[in-house]
Amino acid sequence: MATHAPTHAHTDHGHGHHAPPKPLWYWWKRAIVWTISGALAGIALVFFFRWAFGFSNLWEPESYYTAIASLAGIGFVIGIGCFDWWWAYLRGKHVDFEDHSLHGAKTWRDYLRPNTDHKVIGIQYMVAVFTFFVVGGLLAELVRLELAQPGFQIADGETYNGYFSAHATVMIFGFVIPSFAGLANYVLPVMIGAKDMAFPRLNALSFWLLLPAGAMLAIAPFVGAFSAGWTAYPPLAVQGTTGQTLFEVAVQFAGASSIATALNFLVTIMTMRAPGMTVWRMPLLVWANATTSGLVVFGTPFIAGSQFMTLFDRVVGTNFFNAANGGDVIMYQHVFWFYSHPAVYIMMLPGFGIISEVLSTFSRKPIFGYRALAFSTVAIALLGFGVWAHHMFVSGMASWLRIPMMITTIIIAVPTGVKIFSWLGTIWNGKIHLKTPMIWALGFIFTFVIGGLSGVFLGTLTTDIALTDTYFVVAHIHYVFFGGSVFTIFAGTYYWFPKMTGRMYSETLGKWHFWLTFIGFNGTFFPQHWLGAHGMPRRVADYDERFADLNLIISLFSLFMVAGTLVFFYNMIWSWRSGPKAPWNPWRGRSLEWLVSSPPSLFNFDAVPQVVGGPYQYGIPGARHAVVYAGDHLGGGELTETELRTVLVVANRTVASSSLLDQVKARAEEGYWRFTIVVPAKGDDHRAADRRLQVALAVLAEAGIDASGTVEDLGPLEAVKRILEEEPAHEVMLATLPTGQSEWMQQDMIDRVRKASGIAVTRVIVRGDDARTAVRSAAVQRIAVIANDTLGDAGLVSALQARADERPLAAVVLCPLSLDGPGWTDDADKVRDEATGRTRAVIQRLQDSGIQAHGEVIDGDPVAAAKIARSDYKVDTVLVCSYRRDSSEELLGQVRAAAGDTAVEHVVVDAEAPAAPSGA
Amino acid sequence: MKNRHLAPLVVLHLVIGAITAAVIFGIDWWPDQAAEQATRSDHLLWFLVITSGIIFTGVTSFLVYSIWRFRAAPGDEEDGPPHHGNTKLEIAWTIGPVVLLAVMAVWSSIATTRNEALASDREVIEVRAWQFAWEFTYRDAGFTTGDLVLPKDRQVELRMRSSDVIHNLWVNEFRVKQDVVPGITTRLIVDPTREGTYDLICAELCGAGHGVMRSRAIVLDQNAFEAWKRDSAAKAAAADAPAAPAPAPGN
Repeated sequence: MATHAPTHAHTDHGHGHHAPPKPLWYWWKRAIVWTISGALAGIALVFFFRWAFGFSNLWEPESYYTAIASLAGIGFVIGIGCFDWWWAYLRGKHVDFEDHSLHGAKTWRDYLRPNTDHKVIGIQYMVAVFTFFVVGGLLAELVRLELAQPGFQIADGETYNGYFSAHATVMIFGFVIPSFAGLANYVLPVMIGAKDMAFPRLNALSFWLLLPAGAMLAIAPFVGAFSAGWTAYPPLAVQGTTGQTLFEVAVQFAGASSIATALNFLVTIMTMRAPGMTVWRMPLLVWANATTSGLVVFGTPFIAGSQFMTLFDRVVGTNFFNAANGGDVIMYQHVFWFYSHPAVYIMMLPGFGIISEVLSTFSRKPIFGYRALAFSTVAIALLGFGVWAHHMFVSGMASWLRIPMMITTIIIAVPTGVKIFSWLGTIWNGKIHLKTPMIWALGFIFTFVIGGLSGVFLGTLTTDIALTDTYFVVAHIHYVFFGGSVFTIFAGTYYWFPKMTGRMYSETLGKWHFWLTFIGFNGTFFPQHWLGAHGMPRRVADYDERFADLNLIISLFSLFMVAGTLVFFYNMIWSWRSGPKAPWNPWRGRSLEWLVSSPPSLFNFDAVPQVVGGPYQYGIPGARHAVVYAGDHLGGGELTETELRTVLVVANRTVASSSLLDQVKARAEEGYWRFTIVVPAKGDDHRAADRRLQVALAVLAEAGIDASGTVEDLGPLEAVKRILEEEPAHEVMLATLPTGQSEWMQQDMIDRVRKASGIAVTRVIVRGDDARTAVRSAAVQRIAVIANDTLGDAGLVSALQARADERPLAAVVLCPLSLDGPGWTDDADKVRDEATGRTRAVIQRLQDSGIQAHGEVIDGDPVAAAKIARSDYKVDTVLVCSYRRDSSEELLGQVRAAAGDTAVEHVVVDAEAPAAPSGA
Repeated sequence: MKNRHLAPLVVLHLVIGAITAAVIFGIDWWPDQAAEQATRSDHLLWFLVITSGIIFTGVTSFLVYSIWRFRAAPGDEEDGPPHHGNTKLEIAWTIGPVVLLAVMAVWSSIATTRNEALASDREVIEVRAWQFAWEFTYRDAGFTTGDLVLPKDRQVELRMRSSDVIHNLWVNEFRVKQDVVPGITTRLIVDPTREGTYDLICAELCGAGHGVMRSRAIVLDQNAFEAWKRDSAAKAAAADAPAAPAPAPGN
C-alpha cells in the first residue's frame, strides 16, 4: 500500500514556522572552513600516528594525501550542511520532522546550497554532471590531440596515461552514472505520484558527496601519476602516486553517493507509489531505475572494496595484490569486474527506460511488449552479475571459468535483442513526430545495435582472445557508452527539459546538436574497429606509422562532437534563460509528470493522484493513466492545464501597482490560476479606470498570464457578486491602499466580500506611491514629456490620453527650467516655484485620468532634459511639447541628438486647441 | 496490410544490405594469418561478421523504413493504433537469437579447445616481461634473446612470468594473446604456419613505456629454426653472456 507524506497546501506552507533561511555565504563559508579543517586534521592525524609509533620518516606523501583527501571531502559535506539536521537529532535537540526549511528554490541561490527538494537536486545533478562532461570531453580531446600523429605530441607516456585514465573515470563516475541519478531524481517521484523521494536529506547528501569525488577525479591526472587506467589494475596501480590516491579516495565518495541514491530510489519506488500504481502500471523508466538501483546496492561495495584494498597496499603496506608476499593479482580483477560489469548495465538500463518513454510518446503508440521490456530489464540485471569474468579471458584466471562466462555473456544478447525488436515494434505503424528527443532515441537504436553486435565479438571467447586490449574494444565501449548511454542522456535531457525548466528548447539547435554529434561520433569510433583488428593496442600514446592517416581523420571527426556540444550548451543556457514558456504537457505524454505544471509545484501534487491505467495507452479512446486532483485550496476536483482556477482580482486605483501585479505573477507561477480583474469604479472616471486596467492587463499578458478584466459601474461588493454570477472563482484577491487611507477598509470590505461570496479573500496592501509609480514592463510604453509653458495646457493631457487609449503608457514629466540669470535670486525662485506647480498639476491630472506619471523640474534646457530622460528614466519615447509660436527646428534637432536612438516626437499645442503630434 | 510494406522493405533491405556488404567485404578488415589459431579464430570471426551484417541490415532497414513511412503529417495529432505487442513475435525473437548464440558458443568452445590442445613435440620457450621489455629463454639450448623466434609448423608453448606488473604478449597475426602476471606462470599456445616477422606487442597497460614495449616474433622454417638455435647457443656459450641485453633481475 502506498504511503504519503502529509499534504502541504501552498497557502499554509511557508518558511514561517521554520528557522529563517540562511544566506548563501553562510553555507559556503562553513564549507570552506570545514574543508580546510578536514585537510589540516588529516595532516595532524597522520603526523601524530607516525610520530607516536616511532616511524623514522615522518614524511610519507601518500599516507598524508589519503588522509587529506578523505577528511577534506568529508569536511566539505559537513560544512555545506548535509549533516546539520541529523546532528541536531543525534544530540537530542528539538528537531522538526516536517522541517522543510531547505526545501525548494526561489532563486538561483537556492541551487547552490543543500536542498531537500528532489526537483532542485535533479537540476543540481544535471548542472554538475554536464560540467564534468565538459572536463571529461576536454581530456578526450587531449587524447585525440596526442593520437593525431604517431610519436609523442603533447605528452609523454605517463601524462598521456593520466589523460585517458581521467577521461574514463570522470565520464563514468562523474557523468554517465550520476546523470541518470539526476534525471530520475527529477522525474521519478513525479512519475509515481510522490511528493518527493523517501529520504530527502539523504538525497541532498548524495548530491553533495558527488562534488568532492568529481573534483578529485578531475585534478588527479595533473598532480602526479594517475596512469593505471580507470580499471586501475594492480600492481601497476600500486606504483601510482598522488593521482592514483585521489582516484581511490574519489571512488569511495562517488560510490557512497551512488549507493545512497540507489537505496533512496528503491524505498521510494517500493513505498511511495500513488494509489493504483501497481507494478504493471509503472512507466518503464521506473522499472529501469528500480532494477538499476538493485544493481548499485549489490555491486558498488565491490568496487569500493577493490579500491580500499589497493589503497591499503599502497599506504598501509598490506599485501592484497603483492604477489611477492603472497598476494593475488588476479583477485583484484575479479572483485573489480564483479562491480564494473554490472556497472555497464547501471549505465545502460536507465537509458533503456528513457528510450522506452520517448519512443512511445513520439510514436503515439503504446510501448510494444511492455512486460517483455520490463522482464528483459530484470533479466539483464540478474544475468549481469554472472558475466564479469568475460573481461578476464586472457588474464590468466582459472581457464575452466571461461566457457561458462562466455555462455552467460552472450545470453545477455537475448534480452537486449528483445528490447531492440520491441522498440522497432513500437515505432512500426506509429505516428512518428521527429522532435529532438525522438531523433536522439532513433539515433541511439542505430548506434547501440552496432555496439551490441561488436559486443558479441568480445563476448565470444575465441574472438575475444584475438580482439581484446585493442582499439576494437575502445570502439565497442564508445558505441555502448556514447552511442548508447550518452545518446539516451541527451534524449532524456531534451525530453524533460520543458518539465524541469518550464521553458522550451530550440528544436533547430537540438537537431544541429544531434547531427554534428552523430556524424562526429561515427566518424571517430567506427574506424577504430579497423585499427583494433589490424593490431593497434589500446592505451598507447605512440603507435605504428601505418595507422597515422586514420588516426588523424579520427581526431578531426572528434571535433564535430566538440562543435555539437557547444551547440548543445548554447541551446540549454539560452533556452533556460529566455526560451518560450513550456506548457504542462508539450509532448502530449500520458505519464504523471506530464499531468502537473512545468515545473511542478513545490510538493508536486496538492492532493494524492489516482492511477487508473497503464502509462502508454495511446490510441485507446478515453483511456487514461492517472487523474491528478486539486488540493482543497483549489476547490478540489480534477486538475488540468486547460481548466485553470479563477482568481477574482478586485482593485481600483491600485490595479496597475507593481505590488499587486507581482502578487498575481507569483500566484500564476503555481500554474493553476487564471485571473479576472474587476475594477469597481462607481462614481469614478471610467475612462481613467479603464486606462489603469489596460496597463495591468498588458503587463500580465506580457508575462504570459491568462487574465481578463472589466470596469464596472458598481461598488466592490456588488461588482464581486455580479462577476461571480457569471463565472465561478476560487478566491478573491482584494487590493487596497494601507488601512488608514483606504475607503474600502473603512467599509470593512474584506469581511463583507467574504460573507457575500463565500470564498477566501486575500488582501493585497498597496502603498499609495506604488499605485502611482509606473510599472516596469516591456508592455508599457515609457514616455518622457519635455515641456515647460505648455504643461498647464489641456491639450498636452488630452494628447497623452489619446496615446494611452491606443497603447498602455507611463509618463515622466520633465520641466526644463532655463534660467537666464543666477539661480538664487527671488525671480529665479518664483520661476522655479511656478514650474514646480505646473509640473505637479499636470502629474495630478494625468494620474486622475488613469495614466501613471511622475516627474521633476530640471535645471537646464530641453537638451539636458532629453539626456536625463534617456539615461536616468530609460524611456522609449521623448515627447517635446511646445506652442506653435515657440517651435524651433534647431532646438528640436539638438534634442534629437541628445536622445540618441530614443524616438523623439514633437507635439505642437495651439492654445485652446487640441494637440496634434507632428513629425517623428 | 503486410503486402503494402513488403516491396519497399525488400528494396530497402537490398540497398542497406549492399552497403553493409560493401563495408564488410570491400575493406580489408583482418590482417594475415600466421598460426593455426588465427585460422580458427578468423573462421568464427567471419561467421560473426556476416551474422552481424545481416542483423544490422534488418534492424536498420526497419528503422529507416519506419521513420520514412510512419512520420506523422504536419498537424496530425492523431494517435497510432493501440497495439500492445505480439506474444508470438516476442517468442520468435527470443528463440531465434538463442539458437544463433548456441551455435556461436559451441563453435567457440571447440575452436578454443583446439587452439589450446597441447602437442607432445612442442617447443617450450620461457618468457619474462618487465617494464618495458621482453626476454625469451630457450632453456634446452641454454640462451636468452630479445626477439621471439618460433619454428613453423610446430607447436610452441610460451611459459610466461612477469617481474613487476601485468603485461600481455600479443602477436596479432597469431590472433592470440595472454596476460603475463606477476606471481604466476601463464601459458600461451601457438602453432605458427607462416614464415615471417611480426610485431610482438604488450597489450596490457603497464606504465609510462607501455606504448613502446615492443619486440618481434620471427617464424622460421624448422631447419632454419634449429640452425638459429644452435648458432645462438654457440654464441652465448662463447660470449658467456645472454644474446639479449641483460635484464635487471626481478624481485
